[in-house]
Amino acid sequence: MIFLLMVAGYLFGALAALLFARGWVARWLTAAGAIIGGACAVTLAVAEVFGFDIGSFQIIVVLARRPWWLQGGVIQDPAQPLSAVFLGVVGAIAIPAALYSIGYTRAWEGRRSLRMPGAMLNLFLLSMSLVPLAENILWFVLFWEGMAVTSYLLVMTEAEEPETVHAGNWYLGMTQFGLGFILAAFFLLLPPDGSGDFTALAKHAATLSPGLKSLVFVLALIGFGSKAGLVPLHVWLPSAHPAAPSHVSALMSGVMIKLGVYGVLLFGLRLLGGGPAWWGGLVLTLGAVSALLGVLYALMEHDLKRLLAYHSIENIGIIFIGVGAGMMFLSYDLPALAVLGFVGGLYHTINHACFKGLLFLGAGSVLHATHTRNMEEMGGLIKRMPRTALFFLVGAAAISALPPLNGFVSEWVVFQALLGGASIPQREVAVLMPIAVAMLALASGLAAACFVKAFGITFLGIARSHEAEQAREAPVSMQVAMAALALACVVLGAAAYAMVPALGRVVAGLAGLPPASAVTVSWSLRVPLSAPGAVGQISPLPILLGLALLLVAIPIGLWLSRASRALRVSDTWGCGRIAQTPRMQYTAAAFAEPLRRIFAALYRPTEDVSIDFHPESRYFVQSIAYRAHIIPWFERYLYDPVIDRVIAWAARVRAIQSGSLHAYLTYLVAALVIMLGLLMLWGS
Amino acid sequence: MPLPTGYTVAIAQTALALLLAPGLVGLIRWLKARLQNRRGAPVWQPYLELRKLFAKEVVVSSNASWLFRVAPFVVFASTVAVAFLIPVLAVPSPFDPVGDLLVVVYLLLLGTFFLALAGLDPGSAFGGMGSSREMTVAALSEPTVALAIFALALGAGSTNLGQIVARTMADPAAAVSPGYLLAFGALFVVTLAENGRLPVDNPATHLELTMIHEAMILEYSGRYLALIEWAAWLKVLLFFSLLGNLFVPWGVATVLTPSALGWALATLLAKLVVLAVVLAVFETRVAKLRLFRVPELLAVSFVLAVLAITVSFLVR
Amino acid sequence: MGLLSKIFRTGIVTEAFPPGDPQIVHLVREVDLRSRRLFGRALGIREVDAGSCNGCEIEISGLMGPVYDSERFGFHFVASPRHADLLLVTGPVTRNMEVPLRKTYEATPSPKLVVAVGDCAHTCGVFKGSYAVAGSVDQIIPVDVFVDGCPPEPADILRGILTALGRAPQAS
Repeated sequence: MIFLLMVAGYLFGALAALLFARGWVARWLTAAGAIIGGACAVTLAVAEVFGFDIGSFQIIVVLARRPWWLQGGVIQDPAQPLSAVFLGVVGAIAIPAALYSIGYTRAWEGRRSLRMPGAMLNLFLLSMSLVPLAENILWFVLFWEGMAVTSYLLVMTEAEEPETVHAGNWYLGMTQFGLGFILAAFFLLLPPDGSGDFTALAKHAATLSPGLKSLVFVLALIGFGSKAGLVPLHVWLPSAHPAAPSHVSALMSGVMIKLGVYGVLLFGLRLLGGGPAWWGGLVLTLGAVSALLGVLYALMEHDLKRLLAYHSIENIGIIFIGVGAGMMFLSYDLPALAVLGFVGGLYHTINHACFKGLLFLGAGSVLHATHTRNMEEMGGLIKRMPRTALFFLVGAAAISALPPLNGFVSEWVVFQALLGGASIPQREVAVLMPIAVAMLALASGLAAACFVKAFGITFLGIARSHEAEQAREAPVSMQVAMAALALACVVLGAAAYAMVPALGRVVAGLAGLPPASAVTVSWSLRVPLSAPGAVGQISPLPILLGLALLLVAIPIGLWLSRASRALRVSDTWGCGRIAQTPRMQYTAAAFAEPLRRIFAALYRPTEDVSIDFHPESRYFVQSIAYRAHIIPWFERYLYDPVIDRVIAWAARVRAIQSGSLHAYLTYLVAALVIMLGLLMLWGS
Repeated sequence: MPLPTGYTVAIAQTALALLLAPGLVGLIRWLKARLQNRRGAPVWQPYLELRKLFAKEVVVSSNASWLFRVAPFVVFASTVAVAFLIPVLAVPSPFDPVGDLLVVVYLLLLGTFFLALAGLDPGSAFGGMGSSREMTVAALSEPTVALAIFALALGAGSTNLGQIVARTMADPAAAVSPGYLLAFGALFVVTLAENGRLPVDNPATHLELTMIHEAMILEYSGRYLALIEWAAWLKVLLFFSLLGNLFVPWGVATVLTPSALGWALATLLAKLVVLAVVLAVFETRVAKLRLFRVPELLAVSFVLAVLAITVSFLVR
Repeated sequence: MGLLSKIFRTGIVTEAFPPGDPQIVHLVREVDLRSRRLFGRALGIREVDAGSCNGCEIEISGLMGPVYDSERFGFHFVASPRHADLLLVTGPVTRNMEVPLRKTYEATPSPKLVVAVGDCAHTCGVFKGSYAVAGSVDQIIPVDVFVDGCPPEPADILRGILTALGRAPQAS
């Protein structure tokens, strides 16, 4: 029942958007449909993961003649808890995003119709919810493509900007590229009787040769990795996510790329049932490289949403580090550590959806208020938009892995899994783990630096432009959405002692993993490690309470010791300067400059300074223009040559379209003759 | 199961750390003064400075927001929270299940995060510069710390502080193993970087362009400054306790009897004095590095940590 | 190590601190007992150059060295007036430094003391009447102690600060 309600909710929202294209009715009904759908999705997911029984439902498509590609139960309530986790993520972020859109789309009144964005939003959520539920190749690919098309249309909402069109083209191209690889992987797994059901695929996969299985895995990794944003298939992410409206960016970054993770888990664990260690090693390496490169490029960005998009690449890298470690431990028959790795990856999936969604919604509020995404034009917003700033701060602290928030706890679990790498018998392989530890630690340190920059330059200090001075707090619906996600960040961290065992149960049974043996010891999370008797243990809730207690105790202590309470407001100390202008503050580029110098080997930065002198004297400067560039390695050296080659070939092939009717008729006749000839050959 | 007195000891050890921290920094300053052939202030001078600062008024910039006023409390709270988790006097502590070495590292990062934000809040140029440099140094020392933790945890089987100490006490030969010595070297360099000591940062400099940590607190005064300074001194003491009690754990009390605790206190003071002398002599001998040479120093410590891991792997 | 052996051979070179000439230091107003007690043993000093020729600065810079060692009295020089308790002002206050001096004084948290060092700070010295000078230091901010001299010796500057705190060594 709840499943039907979910589908109905989304469809209702889409319909409402199509019917009432404008006005507050459209906004509220569209959002209401999405919220109903999201709530049902979360209910289904929580029920499945935590083991409540709320009845089940199956849609079995029955056609008169049951063609081979429609056999079996094709969509059902989450048969696998793994699907339930991803369904839950979709629903959990759908609710705040829909709520947010009520206030956000008010700015479109009179300029843009809500018909397309609202309908596509609901259909996007519907297809994302159904992807993890699909148990059959056809439906999986159908919903996958549906997700891609609806999100493309959503990205193109503001199609009057040329960079949006550019972003949309890249996005569409990469999606289809990934789809090709996914289809290839699926078709290689097709059993001879042609059944597309996942259980049949898994059975058939067990009979394949190891070489073929590896090929299938690599194809799936490329296909799903491009959706997830793994380096080097990440280039569409930094342009597509900023181009979309902010609630859509939150959904794309928080939820859609996680379905890439779902795909890799689907193939790696469920369909192929684990494999040789180099699969896990490949995933681990790609994850570690993505984590580091993502955050290094994020540091150099001053467009707030592009910075967040690069951080999504970084966090996908962290998720894949956990998944890769899990796969490696699985192939070395270390089930306890494998469970830990997968749990770390899944937990970070959920956490990242929460704090990345929160950060994108916050960035959207700032964009809504200041009409710019450029950090260098903001500043002082904490005084104009205090609640947005507070929620953004919670998101920034969560993504920087600061205890006791959720980002820290999931990274801790991943660290514990990597620490177990010492148990791997092969030394040369085991050495991957410390390298991954170092890269993960560096990535999280750099992420903290990047978010000091992002929050500090955007919200703190003095306003750097007129729009920033006049910024107003976001509408209430947007604030409530952000508050909900901020609360989720805190709660997901404190409730680690319940989340980790639940996620352990989720991966149990996949590829022969045993049920997790994580023991909860009253509010504390204890995970058994490889050495006998060794446990890792943290208690996020006591840390949270302890910090809160200390924060309250210190002012009380000061009051008791009769310390002075005098306070005076004065100017910022600027070495006695006469005036303090916004231009005397640090800028985002200046903040990141030490790191740009340190990592110059990667960035190869170039600077361009042009100075305008006063016409009468070279001693007086009228203006200075400073431009800094870094080399986009992947775009320039990987993608541009390939694209140029493809365009060159396409230009040659274009010669076939000569425009002459006679040539086209000749093509038709030739094709007909060839087909008849082939039929005769096959017939005999 | 720790007796109720376990909690009393844990709270007492935190209070002790808080009370000793200004004295430790005063000792380091006194030693450096003597090495500069002058008398210098008495060892208890930092206590007098704290008392004075708590009695002064606070001047806050008109551009600053609530974050500026909250940051000193967050920094102090997170450092005191770390004091509860580190084995200063006794193991196992009842707070062992609350946090391990990773929690300690990231709690310190929490304090640095808020201090860096507070540097940007008043909108001054020096504050931004201090924040930028501090976060750069903190980010670059993270991999070294993580690998050093990994090296220690390899032997003990987990990152739990009590287990690491117990393992070293049970197996004294491990304390002089090459892995441990290299990890000690790496962590010593990180101690210098995280606490803003020479050669990374001169705590007594007045030249803003050479500052890293000091530049962020140029706007603070009165009780806020007192809290931040006290937290910084406590951080020095906690790092010294970590270096002392993880690598040379003998003397740490394993039972909660008065004689064991007294002996633990005596050995703690001895370790702190030894490390203070080493630091004072080192700081006198060495000159401050140019800012863009600091990553090279941190890279050296990273290499030490990598060697520590490799050796631990090979020797096992 | 050559440096360490040289340190040990040299030994402590800090000189004892005699009372000195009482004419040089002028106490303008008695500092209240509370401030004296507060700063008696720990004092943060911020030096402000309000247009001086730097002769006084060279003398002040000797204060932190081993011979005069102001740190033994609990003084340390600070980088920001927010950390300071006492402003050490030199120079006739030039027009361009008038506002910065006022701002420095405002930026210092109370209770605070001001010691004006040198003839220029007291009476504008040789620059008296110049078009570039706004006035002596006490015409810009309230001063507690004047230390005369062009430039005054470091020992006299130290005595001036100690007088402000009520800790000056008295001639027997």
